[in-house]
Amino acid sequence: MTAWEPPDRPRSRLAYCCPEKMAEDREPPPLADAVQTDFREVEEGEDLFVSTVSTAEQLSPTSPEPASFPAEDISTNSNGPKQEILLDDDQEDLFAEATEEVSLDSPEREPILSDGPSPAITPVTPTVIITPRVDALFDRSLDEDEEAEENGDTFDMQITVSDPEKVGDGMNAYMAYKVTTKTSLSLFSRNEFSVKRRFSDFLGLHSKLASKYMHIGYIVPPAPEKSIVGMTKVKVGKEDLSSAEFVEKRRSALERYLMRTVNHPALVKDPDVIQFLENTELPRAVSTQALSGAGILRMVNKAADAVNKMTIKMNESDAWFEEKQQQFENLDIQLRKLHASVESLVCHRKELSVNTASFAKSAAMLGNSEDHTALSRALSQLAEVEEKIDQLHHEQAYADFYLFSELLGDYVRLITAVKGVFDQRMKTWSKWQDAQVMLQRKREAEAKLQYANKPDKLQQAKDEIKEEIEEWEAKVQQGERDFEQISKNIRREVERFEKQRVKDFKVVIIKYLESLVHTQQQLIKYWEAFLPEAKAIA
Amino acid sequence: MIISGLFKFSCLYKKVNFVLFFVVDQLRSVSVDLNNDSSLLIDIPDALCERDKVKFTVHTKTTLNSFQKPDFSVSRQHEDFIWLHDTLVETEEYAGLIIPPAPPKPDFESPREKMHKLGEGEATMTKEEYTKMKQELEAEYLAVFKKTVQVHEIFLQRLSSHPNLSKDRNFQIFLEYDQDLSVRRKNAKEMFGGFFKNMVKSADEVLISGIKDVDEFFEQEKTFLLDYFSKIKDSTAKAEKMTRSHKNVADDYIHISATLNSIAADDNTALKQHLEKFAELLEKLRKVEGRVASDQELKLTELLRYYMRDIQAAKDLLYRRARALADYENSNKALDKARLKSKDVAQAEENQKQCLLKFDKLSESGKKELTSFKGRRVVAFRKNLIEMAELEIKHAKQCVILHSTCIDLMDSSFIFAVVQVRGRR
Repeated sequence: MTAWEPPDRPRSRLAYCCPEKMAEDREPPPLADAVQTDFREVEEGEDLFVSTVSTAEQLSPTSPEPASFPAEDISTNSNGPKQEILLDDDQEDLFAEATEEVSLDSPEREPILSDGPSPAITPVTPTVIITPRVDALFDRSLDEDEEAEENGDTFDMQITVSDPEKVGDGMNAYMAYKVTTKTSLSLFSRNEFSVKRRFSDFLGLHSKLASKYMHIGYIVPPAPEKSIVGMTKVKVGKEDLSSAEFVEKRRSALERYLMRTVNHPALVKDPDVIQFLENTELPRAVSTQALSGAGILRMVNKAADAVNKMTIKMNESDAWFEEKQQQFENLDIQLRKLHASVESLVCHRKELSVNTASFAKSAAMLGNSEDHTALSRALSQLAEVEEKIDQLHHEQAYADFYLFSELLGDYVRLITAVKGVFDQRMKTWSKWQDAQVMLQRKREAEAKLQYANKPDKLQQAKDEIKEEIEEWEAKVQQGERDFEQISKNIRREVERFEKQRVKDFKVVIIKYLESLVHTQQQLIKYWEAFLPEAKAIA
Repeated sequence: MIISGLFKFSCLYKKVNFVLFFVVDQLRSVSVDLNNDSSLLIDIPDALCERDKVKFTVHTKTTLNSFQKPDFSVSRQHEDFIWLHDTLVETEEYAGLIIPPAPPKPDFESPREKMHKLGEGEATMTKEEYTKMKQELEAEYLAVFKKTVQVHEIFLQRLSSHPNLSKDRNFQIFLEYDQDLSVRRKNAKEMFGGFFKNMVKSADEVLISGIKDVDEFFEQEKTFLLDYFSKIKDSTAKAEKMTRSHKNVADDYIHISATLNSIAADDNTALKQHLEKFAELLEKLRKVEGRVASDQELKLTELLRYYMRDIQAAKDLLYRRARALADYENSNKALDKARLKSKDVAQAEENQKQCLLKFDKLSESGKKELTSFKGRRVVAFRKNLIEMAELEIKHAKQCVILHSTCIDLMDSSFIFAVVQVRGRR
């Protein structure tokens, strides 16, 4: 069945870590027969899947039996390899909910690619079919399923960054943060442990992950930004509100960064990540400094990349990529705009809080100076109410910022990372094309040699050329494989990213609304307490 | 009495014409006991704004014989009101009365500036955003307009409610004279004289606040008013800043709502509904926040501002009395000197008697005025504080309902949307 060997896929790490699970994976899904018939009925199959999610969970975890997928009734696309990629994705996702443990890189999937052209349809379940009963089940099972997809075993990992401590003095001082991990994943040696890390350690981690995974299309979450002004204030020892706020902002950003990183199914298993979380001592990441050798190299590379981006004109044969790229461009612009507006809101609300506080003080003085007793008391009460309200506004500004504004900032940076992987794909394509061009040249050179008239040097040259041709043929093949691989990875990553984005935004929106409601309810309380005082003025 | 008005005004840069019909009863509560006497009823039903000038239509309905007609209207400008106020202040007869403070000049600077900035930033916003911001600004402009009409109206109504001032000849002229009043307005000389008088007054202020008054009542009033004035001035400024911040927050909601709508339009994930609902909520919220800000402004800031001016008028009364006292003391000294020199004694005696009379009259009417002023102030504060608290509660409750509805919609659509997301794969 397998005529074509799959490219260098990263072998399932799960297989290495949990060999026993692989054995379990061999059972066919109970619903395979439902899907076996007409692929057109995949919709109903979907329904069955969807409605039996809960039941499937109770059954033993299964993985799809690739062979059961029919090859007929499948519409084709002109892009051969990409079709197979699509199928792979579809199948993963199709069965994802049906199983508790889904390994995205399971080796049994490799034969799938050979199964001829795959369906280009992404089945859409008409939601009318879903019964209310299932809705409720969905709600409960939602999180587990989502998490189950991301890792082989149930995802259970909580990272907190806390206790910022200033270490050292003067310009060599730095902030050390305590990173605590609580997990039940077998990847780690213990269930709960903590280490001390400084900011450059985080940057170092990101730098390593980016160099390992960006070029194969993984979206590596970006690290928080450096801030010279902020850090200098801290170093100088300014113990004021703004430097405390800066440290808190950074602490929160580092925590979110780590949580996003370990939420990535591949990254959490990376040895660098594990080392970062577990090891007490970590070699200092000097290369993250702007003026270090590595830093300068980075800058040069960045410039080179920018130039390349302008010169590479890729023949995009896959509409999906074009569409997605455009979508991310638009989203980038909109999110930046929204971020700016929310930052303005935060600023104004802080102003409101400050102004309310100063009014409260003024009203208190006015109350003191008032000679009519009842009115004086009422004015003092007004001052108290306004003071409480200013606290409210301050808290609301805090919520505005940490819930809303920071999320937007994170996503603006994330989308830059997403755009980065699209660029990597372009680079990979370019490399492949270049290899093809070289191969072509070598072949031409060989052809020329055939008609050359130098018998003594001919054989040697011919041999050389033959070697080179072989070399370049291999490179072309490799280039093609790389390109396919990165395209596949990107599709998967983008899908995961979109899901995560939807989830993140929904959660934040609801939390933010709840904070707004809370503020309003407090306002009601305060004013209702004031009203009798005002009425008591005689 | 409910005042309804038809307001027409042409906007400065854009020359947009509005015709609005609304019921006005708000700022009047700042000063109570107005227009109770049906023998003289005054209102400003109409006003026109052109460029920098506002032309008020002053309408009078009266049963008094001193007027030529029972019902008539004239057109007046802000400067005419100032003329009337200054004339009253300079009338000796009214020295013992608190002259109602002159209405402040119509100030459209703030909305005008904002409108200008909006015009400049038009390119950076979506059409929807721009329209909403423009609406907001127009509402603000309208609010400023409403306020200025009301302060002018209240000024006249306080005059008409006052037993003495309502009979003033100049007041009658103001109400009745159907020609332009600019002829009667201060000429340059008078203005200079007035300015000079103000300078002298502030010197008096320093002088007089140092002298302890024999009369307990007036001594207390003086201390109280001086202190209270500075405090209320400060409070007014702070309240104004607070209200402005509130408005800024409401405006930010407009931008956020518009951008969320743009994102929702492009979005085809399950997030779309959430974003749309959130944007909708923010749009509704900003209206409520805007109302909170403007209610706060009317009930609190305007209240403080009005009484700040009123207290200044009360202080003016005290100064006049103090000056009368100084005059009396001077006349005493002059009498002594005259007696010493045995020259013009009778004249000096007459002078002294006059001064004493004037001072006593001032003191008597002053006491009455100040007592009623205090009562008026307390009542006004009470009314406005209650109304403000009630409005804040009402708006906050409305916000809670809006939020909760939105959250409920989101939660239910969350489940629904989740199903869709799964189904699509």
